[in-house]
Amino acid sequence: MNFFRELLSHEFMQRALVGGALIGFTNGFLGTFIILRRMSLMADALSHSMLPGLALGVLVAGGLSASGLFLGGITAAFLVALGAMLLARTSRLKEDASLAILYTVAFSVGVVLLQFVPTPVDLKHWLFGDILGIGDADLWIAYGVTLAVVPGLLLVLRPLVLTLFDPMVARSQGVKVDALHVALIAACVLAMISSAQAVGVILMLGLLVTPAATLYLLTDDFSTMLWGGAALGTAGSVLGLVLSYRFEKMPSGAAIVLVLGACFLAAWAFGPRYGLLAKMRKRRHFHEESLSRWDHGHDHKH
Amino acid sequence: MKHNHALKIADLTVSYRRIPALHHIGFEVSCGQCVGLLGPNGAGKTTLLKTLAGLLARETGTIHFHGREVRGATPDIAYLPQRGQIDWDFPTTVRGLVEMGRYLRLGWWRKYGAADDAAVGAAIAAMSLEPLQDRQISALSGGQQQRAFLARALAQEAHVLLLDEPFTGLDKPNQDTLRSTFRTLRQAGKLLLVSHHDLATVPVIFDQVVLLNGEMIAAGPTAQVFTEDNIQRAYSTRVFAGVDHGHAI
Repeated sequence: MNFFRELLSHEFMQRALVGGALIGFTNGFLGTFIILRRMSLMADALSHSMLPGLALGVLVAGGLSASGLFLGGITAAFLVALGAMLLARTSRLKEDASLAILYTVAFSVGVVLLQFVPTPVDLKHWLFGDILGIGDADLWIAYGVTLAVVPGLLLVLRPLVLTLFDPMVARSQGVKVDALHVALIAACVLAMISSAQAVGVILMLGLLVTPAATLYLLTDDFSTMLWGGAALGTAGSVLGLVLSYRFEKMPSGAAIVLVLGACFLAAWAFGPRYGLLAKMRKRRHFHEESLSRWDHGHDHKH
Repeated sequence: MKHNHALKIADLTVSYRRIPALHHIGFEVSCGQCVGLLGPNGAGKTTLLKTLAGLLARETGTIHFHGREVRGATPDIAYLPQRGQIDWDFPTTVRGLVEMGRYLRLGWWRKYGAADDAAVGAAIAAMSLEPLQDRQISALSGGQQQRAFLARALAQEAHVLLLDEPFTGLDKPNQDTLRSTFRTLRQAGKLLLVSHHDLATVPVIFDQVVLLNGEMIAAGPTAQVFTEDNIQRAYSTRVFAGVDHGHAI
């Protein structure tokens, strides 16, 4: 009890918990769309594309600021995503290869740009995040992103579900599949901007994909996956923060992703329907059943 | 406009990279029919279905449904995907899949109400899927999956159902069930346009056939049009592929 009272007495911890919960919620919510639209690798590429934007932000603003990160990151990631779509349509390359080319080029531009930054930038902060150092501006960004992404996607939920299920049929039903794809990319970039602060560029993909992936192994209901992913993202972020406060050697971003990873492993192994154990048990049932049927048929012949 | 000619296609040309896959196609079919689209590989069967579904742009020609020109997507026409193109692990049940059929009639925000629920229930009942409605869609047999998509089209209140090779990969009992399902839908006044490659089963499934080979070969009642002569013409002539550029397409 005392532990929690002490934990909540720190202002930085209060801010981190609110920020972490918001970021976890938004990312967990978005994860369902990313998984079902098979955009996980694209999301990874987008996270890396933010580097040149960040470097430019530092050069122009003269330091690592939330607004610089926000604007630079959005621009860079969006340019890469749209550029990959354009490349895929104007050449024989598919979107995955186009994306691989563009995001590594963008990343390299970022590395070169960083050489021109007069004051050395602590890259570690950007790579792994530091939610305990979250500022007021970051918190506002987290609020804004949540308010833009969650209601925004809910507004187009029906056409989105049709698109996720079968893009071709959705198009035949008059759904603007391409526009929705761009909207999803935009939502993804926004969510990443906010999670860069919490878990950093390297780990943000885990926060985005793992909660919804865990629910995917547990449920056959789309809404459960959607809201369950959001809930797990929130809970995982808060629990990760508490763990990182308790064990000083544990960086916050890694703690959050580890908690989510543990949940995922548990679902993979012990999920009641699609878990590994359940599958093994089912297989034995089937085997025994077919064996008994065979025996039965055998008896009849004689 | 004569009412019995529900779907009228005239002078339809559709090309991929300026090479026509369908060349000035025209035919008329009425409601309450099961129409087989026949022709060799590359004859343009799938192209025709996709064009009717609003997925491909036409170069020339018109499509009329009950006297109204069809441009782009309409809820009156439902395109049923080939089973291979679906992610069967999608987190939805049979009922959830059929509910998606209502989305088009509902628009993006209107509340899903009792009338929608009734329409979904009726569609599920018509396709005899009640005992399976809470199953995840991958836990269905191939024939049941076809029926689930037909139920979705019924919930959408579509009048024209476009099916791309629905009999492929089904075993004999499932083929028989699908055939009698088609009969039920036909009696309910639906127009089924079905691409099909197994010529042996054509007379028992279809009332009407459309024979294609890039160009129009013949269209009409199976008994009159599905003749040795027409089949020969559809399957033995070269597929029209535009000007010969001297390389394979």
